[in-house]
Amino acid sequence: MIEAIFAYEFLQNAFLSGAIIGMIAPLLGAFIVVRRLSLIADALSHVTLSGIAAGLLLGQTYPVFAAVNPLYFGMAFSVGGSLLIERLRGVYTHYQELAIPIMMSGGIGIGVIFISLADGFNTDLFSYLFGSVSAVSRDDLYAVLGISALVLLTVFLLYKELFILSFDEEYAKASGIPAKLIHFIFIILTALVIAVSMRIVGVLLVSALMTLPVAAAMRMAKGFKQTIGLSVLFGEIAVLCGLVSAFYLNLAPGGTIVVTSIVILLAVLLWKRIKN
Amino acid sequence: MNEKPSVIDIRNVNFRYDRENVLEQIHFSVPEGAFVGLVGPNGSGKSTLLKIILGLLKPKEGEVELFGIPQDQFKSWDRIGFVSQKANSFNTGFPATVLEVVMGGLTKKMGLFRRPGQAEREAVQQAVQSVGMEAFLNRNIGDLSGGQQQRVFIARAIVSRPSVLILDEPTVGVDSQNVDSFYRMLTHLNHELGMTLLLVTHDIGTITDKVTHVACLNKYLHFHGSMKQFIELDEQELSDLYGHGIRLLDHHHDH
Repeated sequence: MIEAIFAYEFLQNAFLSGAIIGMIAPLLGAFIVVRRLSLIADALSHVTLSGIAAGLLLGQTYPVFAAVNPLYFGMAFSVGGSLLIERLRGVYTHYQELAIPIMMSGGIGIGVIFISLADGFNTDLFSYLFGSVSAVSRDDLYAVLGISALVLLTVFLLYKELFILSFDEEYAKASGIPAKLIHFIFIILTALVIAVSMRIVGVLLVSALMTLPVAAAMRMAKGFKQTIGLSVLFGEIAVLCGLVSAFYLNLAPGGTIVVTSIVILLAVLLWKRIKN
Repeated sequence: MNEKPSVIDIRNVNFRYDRENVLEQIHFSVPEGAFVGLVGPNGSGKSTLLKIILGLLKPKEGEVELFGIPQDQFKSWDRIGFVSQKANSFNTGFPATVLEVVMGGLTKKMGLFRRPGQAEREAVQQAVQSVGMEAFLNRNIGDLSGGQQQRVFIARAIVSRPSVLILDEPTVGVDSQNVDSFYRMLTHLNHELGMTLLLVTHDIGTITDKVTHVACLNKYLHFHGSMKQFIELDEQELSDLYGHGIRLLDHHHDH
């Protein structure tokens, strides 16, 4: 395997992107889970799909766009979607969760229209839905690298604000922290991470990589920093095991990564049970 | 009660929600170094008065001064610590240690992009010690009892060294055998650290032997003075100002 990674550029792309996503998706995921926003990740991934479909359709119809990586359309849609969700949450103050099914079905609906307009796509679409070991390009890797640098820097600089906002939103607001701005930055980052993670785990399973490692970590950790650390560790294990098995068994990595995460989660729950 | 300068001064404040008057002609002050109990039944306007002090509500008439400065010009909000009723805004399953929660109280003071260093860690250590929770520094907040959690929130409120601490019904959700030691801890903050305390409660019986001053609120301020003056009131006067018979010397044994 190691030799193969050195030999083939596509494997380098997949494994490097995977290793980075295995870190930043659970990192943001820890904040998402404790803020009870898990379903927002799901909604955004579906909106990202419609962006990807739009990108593929445009590329097919107008050769000018064929050179543009559909991932960037996905990112743009995801960020737009995150802003819309915030607006909708403001509209339905007492039924904030309504924003999620609205965006989710909207994202899929628009995506399906674009897909049928293009008369169905080739295997490309399949790789966006469930992830791929072979389809990750150098360009995708650079996008992953750029977004990750942004995420790591932001979380490093705004850690204490993000923490207090997640732990006690009212207190954060009352003590004069720019809660709205911090939340806005956070939701944009989430949208971007979802868009770039999709290349590896796929649209349908990206939110799993943000939530399952955190769900396992929360059962074991003392404190929030440890929760983040364990989430990242579990995320890395899931992505790397998932990619290796996907490569050898010729499976879509989205499936193998999520199944590995579930196995880790079950192991942690079992360990906790035996310990008590 | 003009023996010391006031840290909170409220003059002739009226407040109404829609058409209903909640507070009328409130004159109220908290002298420096005092332990003031603000007492009143549910719906008496206590929370409204607190929100006015904290600047979350603007009174329709009257003046509010903090540390001798008119409230609309007041900037040093870090001099006022506030502990709300337990568990109204935080979820108990949150995976955070006592250290992390108390450190959260320094977020605003440190400012954007700054990360905690030695000075901040020492401040946390001290705050946790003064509420008697130093043995729990690395425990998850969700694993503690209600009373212990409330102490942690007080540590978070005092970690930035405010001169006044405002507590809204702090013993709600604290089991009765721990209420005593909870008040001892407050007395310690008041005596040893010289912190001015304003405690809001609907239960006057539990605070009569702890506070230095009392204010009885029920839309109007019915009594406002030192504990000594309060004790000298006879049964009839008490009953009049509180609306029904109260047991002044009910020392919270029979909860």
